[in-house]
Amino acid sequence: MYPVDLKYSKDHEWIRVEGNRGTVGITFYAQESLGDVVYVDLPQVGDEVAAGESFGTVESVKSVSDLYAPVSGKVVEVNQEVIDHPDLINKDPYGDGWLIVVEMSDPGELDDLMDSKAYEEMVKES
Amino acid sequence: MENLQKTPLYNKHIENGGKMVNFGGWALPVQYSSIIEEHQAVRERAGLFDVSHMGEIRLSGPGALALVQKAVTNDVSRLSPFQALYTPVCLPRGGVVDDILVYRLGPEEFLLVVNAATKDKDYAWFGQLAVEFSGVSVEDISSQTAQLALQGPRAAQILARLTSADLTSLRYYWVSPDVEVGGVKCMISRTGYTGEDGFELYCPAEEASRLWDEIMSAGEREGLLPCGLGARDTLRFEAAMPLYGHELSENITPLEAGLERFVSWEKDYFIGKEALLRQKKEGVKRRLVGFEMVDRGIPRQGYAIARDGQVIGEITSGTQSPTLGKALGMGYVPVEYAAINTQLEVIIRGRSSRAKVVPTPFYRRK
Repeated sequence: MYPVDLKYSKDHEWIRVEGNRGTVGITFYAQESLGDVVYVDLPQVGDEVAAGESFGTVESVKSVSDLYAPVSGKVVEVNQEVIDHPDLINKDPYGDGWLIVVEMSDPGELDDLMDSKAYEEMVKES
Repeated sequence: MENLQKTPLYNKHIENGGKMVNFGGWALPVQYSSIIEEHQAVRERAGLFDVSHMGEIRLSGPGALALVQKAVTNDVSRLSPFQALYTPVCLPRGGVVDDILVYRLGPEEFLLVVNAATKDKDYAWFGQLAVEFSGVSVEDISSQTAQLALQGPRAAQILARLTSADLTSLRYYWVSPDVEVGGVKCMISRTGYTGEDGFELYCPAEEASRLWDEIMSAGEREGLLPCGLGARDTLRFEAAMPLYGHELSENITPLEAGLERFVSWEKDYFIGKEALLRQKKEGVKRRLVGFEMVDRGIPRQGYAIARDGQVIGEITSGTQSPTLGKALGMGYVPVEYAAINTQLEVIIRGRSSRAKVVPTPFYRRK
């Protein structure tokens, strides 16, 4: 449920790092707590995001949640598919349900994130 | 969840993987599998809900009819025994105390089914009114009574397997008071809160688990799903049925809420009549409307409704409609903005998004 090649934030986002870029999405736990996702609001390519700050929202039938960036940087790709089909987040949170790709301004921020084991522990305790 | 009230089906919900939430002090499942799947099951096949949190108040004895007539806006005297109606209960100034179902079970015997969150208030309200009707007893039988709602186009088919009661002759808003369903003694009512055909079943609390199991297994072939409060809310919302605390409150009158058809002007007297008559004569200043988003975004309860940048009202309910695939809302606006196709704005997280007034109900079964 929590792939080992990803890093995790306490706000339940994941990031897959390739070079200085990171693909960002929400975790299995996050999508399960939300229930059926029906709406996603994402930034545009070129927008700046900051670690720990909101970069968009995700809405289920019943609730609205902010999305928090795990790292700072510039948005270089946005998943248009997931805007048109928000249920991809439920169906494939680590694959087709990805949200944005960020060009990191400070890769050192990755050290503040959790590995799969630490994140799983945190989720278990909550 | 420990401090919450539990319905007789609490353990059943846990066993079935219900996602339990605090709903006005009650531990109830918001969903089992998925709100959308459960919603679609009710629209296309059938769904079973535990609504045992609803309150039941029994009024009986000489004067019961006069008491109910005084308390509610609709005309209970036209009910035959075993017939029901929906009605607001109003304050003298016209605001809504609660919206309830009244079942007539005899010439001077009534069962009121009231909202869970307002039950204690309702019981006190009717108790206070009963002071001048000394022959009437007012009993809160909520904790002894379980209520299950079996809703959807296949509900009748499923129920028919479990009972010898003649369901085809049981019309909308009528009850079969004393029938066995899967061996459990029930009152079956052809009513619901989903916009579909269906039944509400009342049984003793201790029999609720058995009744639940009987219905679930009888409905397996028909694709019956257990449903939570999430689907109950999206279903009633599409059917534009008001929810107390959202579309109704002590500061909203039935006329503003579009419920005039449940106000019987012919009745000599009921509490609130004078205030409502005055409002009717002067014309209501605001009205409940349904609207559809034109821009992207989902309207939610509490968001402001604006026009040309000026806030003119507030959303009472809103969601992405599972059946219609549109972002829809309801809310109060000044009457001059209530006409179909009127352009409105909804303020979503500080941004103004366009919406337009559309007819309600959003969904009507064929």
